Amino acid sequence: MELTPRHFADTIVLSASGRVDHATSEMFKTALLGQLGTCAAGQNPVVLDMGGIDYVASTGLRALMLASRQVKAQGGVLVTAALQPVVLEVFEIARFTMLFKNFSSVRDALAEISPEGLAAFEAAGGH
Amino acid sequence: MLVRFWGTRGSIPVALTSAAIQRKLVTALVKATGRGLDTPEKARAFVEQELDFAVSHTFGGNSSCVEIETGTGEYVLCDLGSGARPFAVSALARHGPARPQTYHVLISHPHWDHIMGFPFFVPAYIPGNVVHIYGCHDGLEDALRRQHGRPSFPIEFGQLGAKIDFLPLVPGQPNDVAGLTVTPKLQRHGGDSYGYRIEQAGKTLVYSTDSEHKLDDPEAVRTFVAFFREADLVIFDAQYSLGDAMSVKEDWGHSSNIVGVELCQMARAKHLCLYHHEPMLDDDQLAALLGETRRLEEITRGDYRLEVSAAYDGMELIL
Repeated sequence: MELTPRHFADTIVLSASGRVDHATSEMFKTALLGQLGTCAAGQNPVVLDMGGIDYVASTGLRALMLASRQVKAQGGVLVTAALQPVVLEVFEIARFTMLFKNFSSVRDALAEISPEGLAAFEAAGGH
Repeated sequence: MLVRFWGTRGSIPVALTSAAIQRKLVTALVKATGRGLDTPEKARAFVEQELDFAVSHTFGGNSSCVEIETGTGEYVLCDLGSGARPFAVSALARHGPARPQTYHVLISHPHWDHIMGFPFFVPAYIPGNVVHIYGCHDGLEDALRRQHGRPSFPIEFGQLGAKIDFLPLVPGQPNDVAGLTVTPKLQRHGGDSYGYRIEQAGKTLVYSTDSEHKLDDPEAVRTFVAFFREADLVIFDAQYSLGDAMSVKEDWGHSSNIVGVELCQMARAKHLCLYHHEPMLDDDQLAALLGETRRLEEITRGDYRLEVSAAYDGMELIL
């Protein structure tokens, strides 16, 4: 499991990869929460790019819930993007689709939460 | 060992509504169009073989009560929710009111939905019957006595004709109950609840309701995996979605279908039975929940297949 941060204007895109299961979720949680410190009202919205995540177990979903709570307490914005079909199924079964604003791609997420971030993303080649 | 479900609903009993029955009838009649169902036999075959469960059945609305047939001639129940009333009617019909019987009841915890059937548990009124009530809560007897008598009920506990005794159990300690080896386990729930691992002749049933799980606590996971280890059947509290259990309903003391699948897979249990259904969910929603849970099991399957079912009032499973 890896989590790589990239900055596009004011926006942070966190690209996660691997499998978030009972063996890796603690590492995922620590890495994810560690990237959210500057995400607050009007600054540094976060897109969690899950395109590289093969599977998320309940403990991984718990990490996402904790991240959402932290961001909400800080007044910030955290959205998810690019879920693989299996992960999207797990989100739907867990009813996490009702708890997270999810986008089909990082581009779509940036278009919604940060035009400046989208412009920087496009300028960088759009990936 | 035969397991028979008399009450499968969580928190409070519910009834199928007229509107829901009408929706089922409309769906069935539309599907029957042109099928020539002009005899009861043809109609029954159509209902049994061609209609979806949520159209031809209902999951039911009684609160927790599960019967375990042991082959010993004595009755064994888990919990005395409102399902204990139809159980009692059935038991009396099986052997008649004149033949004294012994009933063994394992109580998970004394929340009302798990004991509310006792005032309507007819065997308790019949002299000659014996009712052994087992549990790990200090206040179990008081909880059962309190719901009898004024102002809650017109008959005092002391007026019950059967011999009723309360037998305390200790978590982790195996006990012989009507030929079954029963081991309780403390569970996370408001006021505590206890699950029961029940073993007989190489078969294992785990009754684990009203239990919230924190799977990011490795020690808690380890103990529950050991409790569920290679069970033939795990009856599991799946009242909430995982999302609800982790957010608005965190620390409300219930679990989810996803956690049920994960724990059973870790324990290599054979069969997960979703139980303690959310009273807000109708038959269509519960059927969809079962379908989703089976799909989750499919996409997470390793080297063995976990069978998944959803309990309904009247369901029987043979171990």
